[in-house]
Amino acid sequence: MPLTDSLRDEILASVPNLRAFAISLSGNGDRADDLVQETLLRALANIDSFQPGSNLPAWLFTILRNLFRSDYRKRRREVEDSDGNYAKTLKSQPSQNAHLEFEEFRAALDKLPQDQREALILVGASGFSYEDAAKICGCAVGTIKSRVNRARSKLSALLYVEGTEDFGPDDTVRAVIGNR
Amino acid sequence: MFCNSGATVMKDSKPPLAKGGLNAEIQSRIGHQLRAMYDDVVRQGIPDRFAELIRKLDASEPGTPQVTPRGDLDVKNDGRD
Repeated sequence: MPLTDSLRDEILASVPNLRAFAISLSGNGDRADDLVQETLLRALANIDSFQPGSNLPAWLFTILRNLFRSDYRKRRREVEDSDGNYAKTLKSQPSQNAHLEFEEFRAALDKLPQDQREALILVGASGFSYEDAAKICGCAVGTIKSRVNRARSKLSALLYVEGTEDFGPDDTVRAVIGNR
Repeated sequence: MFCNSGATVMKDSKPPLAKGGLNAEIQSRIGHQLRAMYDDVVRQGIPDRFAELIRKLDASEPGTPQVTPRGDLDVKNDGRD
């Protein structure tokens, strides 16, 4: 459909959620905003392919998710390097509990396999139904459910099974993370 | 500090989640942390950068918001590199 004023406003209104999704996926604010910008440009350039009456946020999230995945493949090595730096950052943190807890959560989220992380965020934070999340990720509903469950299990194990003194990937965590 | 919830703590071998499902309290905590992280960003609203981007696209080619390869909308260079 053509870009009407109301459609443009709806796209703009989706920006806060797109940013939250992008930051949750990438863990990097600057990169996330670049992803959002690219998403908006693609959406506007391809607005003719948007079906009136269909789910605009889901359409935009699909674009962002696909951009992130192609970007992610390119940057894989870089991302893995940053994992190591993350652990150093954690160790240097003073014991400000709320902040530390947030950092630990963020780090644990980053350790999830990509498929599981995106499924968990879409369902658990963005508020999409399993059905919409499945469409966004291009997979079956059952697959999304299983990814969300596995993501929750892994986060539990990473955050709550071990003590918090050493958050580094010890043997237990390695076993749980599995096939990174 | 997380181990005061009565959750089963296992030092080695398998995670305690394989049987009997997940501890409800831990799950609610994870859900809460995830949403807190996410909503913190949502509450930041729409940065000027994006409002500006949409305005530019609108103004330069009313009705046909094509992103041209020539880059005459000057959005590609906006704040990057």
